[in-house]
Amino acid sequence: MTAFGPDLAEVFGPAQQDGGPELVQLLTPEGERVEHPEFSFTPEGDEAEAIRGLYRDMVLVRRIDTESTALQRHGELGIWAQLLGQEAAQVGAGRALRPQDFVFPTYREHGVAWCRGLDPLKLLGLFRGVDHGDWDPEDYNFGLYTIVIGAQTLHATGYAMGMQRDGVVGTGDPERDAAVVAHFGDGASSQGDVNEAFIFAASYNAPVVFFCQNNQWAISEPIERQSRIPLYQRALGFGFPGVRVDGNDVLATYAVTQAALQRARDGQGPTFVEAYTYRMGAHTTTDDPTRYRLSGDVESWKLKDPISRVQAYLRRNGLADAAFFDEVAGEADDLGARLRDGVKALPDPQPLDIFGNVYAEETDELRQQHDEFAAYLDSFEGSHA
Amino acid sequence: MSDAAQKITLAKGLNMGLRKAMEADAKVLVMGEDVGKLGGVFRITDGLQKDFGEDRVIDSPLAESGIVGTAVGMAMRGYRPVVEIQFDGFVYPAYDQIVCQVAKIHFRSKGRIKMPIVIRIPFGGGIGAVEHHSESPEAQFAHTPGLKVVACSNPVDGYWMIQQAIACDDPVIFLEPKRQYHADKAELDEDATPDPLFTSRVVRQGQDVTLLAYGPTVKTAMKAAEAASNEGRSLEVIDLRTLSPLDMEPVLASVRRTGRAVVVHEAHVNLGMGAELAARITEQCFYSLEAPVLRVGGFDTPYPASRIEEEWLPDLDRVLDAVDRTMSF
Repeated sequence: MTAFGPDLAEVFGPAQQDGGPELVQLLTPEGERVEHPEFSFTPEGDEAEAIRGLYRDMVLVRRIDTESTALQRHGELGIWAQLLGQEAAQVGAGRALRPQDFVFPTYREHGVAWCRGLDPLKLLGLFRGVDHGDWDPEDYNFGLYTIVIGAQTLHATGYAMGMQRDGVVGTGDPERDAAVVAHFGDGASSQGDVNEAFIFAASYNAPVVFFCQNNQWAISEPIERQSRIPLYQRALGFGFPGVRVDGNDVLATYAVTQAALQRARDGQGPTFVEAYTYRMGAHTTTDDPTRYRLSGDVESWKLKDPISRVQAYLRRNGLADAAFFDEVAGEADDLGARLRDGVKALPDPQPLDIFGNVYAEETDELRQQHDEFAAYLDSFEGSHA
Repeated sequence: MSDAAQKITLAKGLNMGLRKAMEADAKVLVMGEDVGKLGGVFRITDGLQKDFGEDRVIDSPLAESGIVGTAVGMAMRGYRPVVEIQFDGFVYPAYDQIVCQVAKIHFRSKGRIKMPIVIRIPFGGGIGAVEHHSESPEAQFAHTPGLKVVACSNPVDGYWMIQQAIACDDPVIFLEPKRQYHADKAELDEDATPDPLFTSRVVRQGQDVTLLAYGPTVKTAMKAAEAASNEGRSLEVIDLRTLSPLDMEPVLASVRRTGRAVVVHEAHVNLGMGAELAARITEQCFYSLEAPVLRVGGFDTPYPASRIEEEWLPDLDRVLDAVDRTMSF
């Protein structure tokens, strides 16, 4: 004890490189199922079928990522935000959703987008620079990518407050009750907006799951620069529960997210889920992680790969045969080919598109700028349609 | 005058307008600090929570970014939030949400997501307040594409303009001259047909010089015109009302007649609304001008301590001085 209460080093213990004993895990890196007293993997329908589905999702999502990285290297994308290593965190969180739930992503939630049925080409359009996100959030219950770090957590909270007012929380009707997932990362946990979102969500008991993928790195800054305590423990200070789940374990991520979502839908308020994972790639294709982290760390996380453990589990227990794995691999190849061709076929925006949709009710002054620019372009003979 | 006519203050006009909007559309919500039981520090939302409930008149935690950010989420869910920022100088914690999200989401989403949010900001000085309570941040928002910015100057406009702003499908920064809240009463006819929101209005006709004002300086300009008329000078006064978009037609028509224009605002002169108005007037009626467009406003200093704020704020004499200068060309 100190004059200011307990010694925090004793409360929180030494930094836990492996996530610590509080880590919720249902499938070990070696592919062994383990029990947890609070959480269990209870998918809708046949369990083996569900696990094969999660495996397939993760393989395809990884292919979206590696293909997109390659497309950036070939100059087809301006930039790509890589998710390599975070497939389980995103697919687990994405597949735990019900159709009526709504997701607010960062710019790295390609795996969640996949689970919501969004064509990856829509994501590539943004990273190629043809638009800022060409999908209708209402069609997928999946918001637009938000690039300002943490800003979307407030939107998520406000959206959840809207759900409360719409009477779709705590009715007991599983087809009706809904919740929101706010995605963010360890770096964002330092942002004022994220902390304000916690306060608003707690104050109004809003149905929102704060899903933090702690991938250990905010570009070059390690998690120790953001927090002196495990992130999930911050939730307590805001007055709602926090839990740390093995973000490389798709079964545990699914189970914990499912439980947190149900809590929110039931009207019991927000939950903080810290998915403990690792950014195997760079922050984006513009980044060079060799300048700030040790290759040994990356190697040790390779042993915790989210896909290999599911593959090992399925093989060892005879839940999938070679034909299944071949089929998924073939599907990934087809997806890769479709993305390669599709991205090059994305139409470039036209100069006058600049003026579109600035306002719902266009202003005369903007219309005038449009017309003047059109006349200017027309003044170059034969250069403009 | 119809039976519906009554004399009201600006505070009352805004309160009545908010109430009307909430009655007309159940999706209209009021959010902000102290807007509930207290009725806001200026009492603009007085009685609304009592009548519309805590789900529609929401006392927010003390975090401006949080208020605006959650309003964005509410708007995405189909609501029409009216956000109260308690004082002009406290809007900056929400600046990122306003400029990067509120202003851009319609554009970002290719028009799929509308942002019908009204951000009410009591602005301007002259109330003897401490720092951060007397500022005029309009140019910062008028400079931001995607936002619309209006300023009311009188009780009747307060009543109509707040309803029109709430009905607008675009985000509107709604500036209220706090010095005027409880100052003057005016006759409101609720059966009248208001001017469209994004229009400017000639509020006093004249031949010699055009005064361009909005919000709190409309009153200053009107006083200056009255004083000038005693000296035989005829000043035209235009209440701009809308700052983004600007409604230039009445301004240009006036300046083409008078050949002289003086812009009066409380905000700092450097890169303020006056600079934009001077540029547009020069571009669009250069050959009608008899003198350069002059600007009267706050000096390019932070807002001073209240005991000398009246020296900083443009007043009748500084406006008349500018009129003298423009006449001397």
